[in-house]
Amino acid sequence: MNTMETYTTPDGRTIGGPVMEMKNITLRFGGVVAIKDISFDIREGEIRAIIGPNGAGKSSMLNVMNGFYHPQEGEVFFHGKKRGPLRPYQIAEQGVARTFQNIALFKGMSTLDNIMCGRLTHSKTRFLSHLLWKGKAEAEESANREKVEKIIDFLEIQTIRKTPVGRLPYGLQKRVELGRALAAEPSLLLLDEPMAGMNVEEKEDMSRFILDVNDEFGTTIALIEHDMGVVMDIADRVVVMDYGKKIGDGTPAEVLANQDVIDAYLGVAHD
Amino acid sequence: MFYREAGDFTTNYAEDNQTFPIRLDRMGYYATMIVAFCVVPFFINDYWASAVLLPFLIYAIAAIGLNILVGYCGQVSLGSGGFMAVGAYASYKLMTSFPDMSMIIVVLLSGLITAMVGAAFGLPSLRIKGFYLAVATLASQFFLVWLFNKVAWFYNYSASGQINAPERTVLGFVITGPNAAPAVTYLFCLAFAVGLAWLARNMTRSNTGRRWMAIRDMDIAAEIIGVNPLGAKLSAFAVSSFYIGVAGSLMFTVYLGAVEVGEAFGITKSFLLLFMVIIGGLGSIFGSFAGAAFMVLFPVLLKNVLVGQLGWATNIAAHFEFVIVGGLIVIFLIMEPHGLAAIWRVVKEKLRLWPFPH
Ligand SMILES: Nc1ncnc2c1ncn2[C@@H]1O[C@H](COP(=O)(O)OP(=O)(O)OP(=O)(O)O)[C@@H](O)[C@H]1O
Ligand SMILES: [Mg+2]
Repeated sequence: MNTMETYTTPDGRTIGGPVMEMKNITLRFGGVVAIKDISFDIREGEIRAIIGPNGAGKSSMLNVMNGFYHPQEGEVFFHGKKRGPLRPYQIAEQGVARTFQNIALFKGMSTLDNIMCGRLTHSKTRFLSHLLWKGKAEAEESANREKVEKIIDFLEIQTIRKTPVGRLPYGLQKRVELGRALAAEPSLLLLDEPMAGMNVEEKEDMSRFILDVNDEFGTTIALIEHDMGVVMDIADRVVVMDYGKKIGDGTPAEVLANQDVIDAYLGVAHD
Repeated sequence: MFYREAGDFTTNYAEDNQTFPIRLDRMGYYATMIVAFCVVPFFINDYWASAVLLPFLIYAIAAIGLNILVGYCGQVSLGSGGFMAVGAYASYKLMTSFPDMSMIIVVLLSGLITAMVGAAFGLPSLRIKGFYLAVATLASQFFLVWLFNKVAWFYNYSASGQINAPERTVLGFVITGPNAAPAVTYLFCLAFAVGLAWLARNMTRSNTGRRWMAIRDMDIAAEIIGVNPLGAKLSAFAVSSFYIGVAGSLMFTVYLGAVEVGEAFGITKSFLLLFMVIIGGLGSIFGSFAGAAFMVLFPVLLKNVLVGQLGWATNIAAHFEFVIVGGLIVIFLIMEPHGLAAIWRVVKEKLRLWPFPH
C-alpha cells in the first residue's frame, strides 16, 4: 500500500501523495533510544493514527515532526522537500499545527484570545501597523475574528467565548486547543491524544470534530490515540510503535491482525 | 443603574474591539481628557506639579513600560532604575552636545537609546527565566549606576559628578530649568503619557501584544503557534525600555533638573516601579496609571494625615509607610495578582448587573 501514489478509502475519499515522510528516524536521549529507525509517511487528506503502549515513543515522534526534537539520524520530508533543522515556530509557519498530550493553552487568555493566537502564522501586519492600530491592524483583526468565529461555531463553544480558559473543564480545554490549531488552517494537523481523559460522550464529540475537520477542510491529520475503538472508527491507516520501534503499519484491520501488535498489546515478554 | 451595554449593541467585530465598549466608560474617558488638558493647566501650582502631577505622569509612563515587560510578556525585571538612568544620561548628552535639538526629539531619542540598551540587556532572557533572570536584571541595574558614576564622560567631567539640565524651550515656552512654568511641564509630560498609553494599548490589543502574552503564558505553546521567542522577548525588552527611558528622560530634564545617579535611579526606583505594576495590575495599561497614582499619592496622603493631623514624628511616619506598602504588596500578590485594575473591573461587573445579579 505504501508504494501507491494515491488510494481510495472504504468510504470513498481519495487520498493523495505524501505530505510528510519520516525516513529512518532515530532519536536518543542519552542512553535511552526513544525512536529507533522508523519510517512512514502521512498522505494528503488522510487520518493517520500512531498507537502503542505507554512510553513507546509516540509523543517523541510528534515532537520530531514539529521540530521540538531533532533526531540524531534520519530525515523528514515535508511536501516532497527535505526539511532542515528548523525551529518549531518556523515549522508552524510552514503549516504544521499541533495540540499537546497535556493541554498547553494560554491560561491568562480567554477562549477567543487563545484561538485568535492560532492566526498568528497568517499575520501580515508589522509592528508599525500595530502601533497605529487604525487601518491595517484593525482590518486584519476583524478578518481574523470572522475566521475564528467560524471555528467557534464549528466546535460549538460559543457560550465560553469570553471565558478565561483556566476556568474551563478539561474536555472543553481540549476542544479550545483544537480550535487554536485549526485557526492556523494547517496543511498538517498533529494531535497528541486528543481524547485522553474524556468520557464516552466527549470522545464521540471529539471524534466527530476530527472527522468533520478532515472532511470539510480536507485537512491531513496525524493523531496519537490509546482507545482502539476510536482508532478503528476514524483512522485510515495506523502506525504501531513499541519500545521505539515500528511494529506495524497499515489499515486498522491489517494492524489488528498483526501478531507483533497483538503481542505488544497483550504484554508478551520481550526478548 | 444605567451603567451597561444596553442600547450599546455591538454590530461588528471592530466595535467589540473598542477600548471602552461601554458608553459611560467612554464618556468618563473623554471627560478625564478634557479636564486633564483644558482645566488642570489653569489651576496647577508648583506644589501640585512637583508633589503629585509630574511624578504621577512620569511614573505612569515608566510603569506602562515595565508592565509591558512583566505583565504582558512575563519577563521579570529589576533593572528599571538603571534604564531610567540611561534615558536621563542620554538626554543630558544630547542636550549638551546638540543645544539646538528640540526637547521632543531629545526625549524620543533618549527613549530609543534606552530601547537599544534594554534589548541588549534582555539577551539573557533567551536562556534564563524567572528568578535567574531577575538576578541578571538586578546585575544590570548595579552595572548601569556604576557606569554612570565611574565614566566621567557621561557627566561631562563635572566636579560634582551630577548632571544638570540646561534651560530649553518648546514652542517658545521654557520647559526645563527653574524658570519652567508648572502648567508647561505638566502639559509636556501629559502629552507623552497619553500618547504613549494610546500606543501601548494598540500594541497590546494587536498581534504584537498577542505574541508577548503567548510567551508569558506558555513559551512552548507560543512556539508551536509560530511565535519566535527571540523576536517576542527582545521586542518586549526594547519597547519596555523605550517607555522607561522616556520616563527617565522626563524625570531628569523636566522634573528634577539635577540628578545624582545613585540617588535618583538606584535600586529603590526599580522596586518602586515593580510595586506600582503589582498594585496597579499586571497586564493592564489602566492599572499602570492606578499603580503610579497610588504610589505617588499614598505617601503624600499618609504624611498629611499622620504628621499633619495626628502629629507623629516624620521619621516614624516614613517607616509606617514602608510597613503599609509592604503589607499591601503581600496582600495583592496573594489575593489579587491583577491589582487595582481587577478590583475596578469587578466593581464594574457588579454595577453592570445590579440590581439583578442573576
Ligand atoms: N525530553 C526527554 N528526555 C529524556 N527522555 C525522554 C524525553 N522525552 C521522552 N523521553 C523518553 O522517551 C521514551 C518515549 O517517550 P514518549 O513520551 O514519546 O512516549 P509515548 O509513547 O508518548 O508515551 P505515552 O503513551 O505515555 O504518552 C520514554 O522512555 C521517555 O522517558
Ligand atoms: Mg505521549
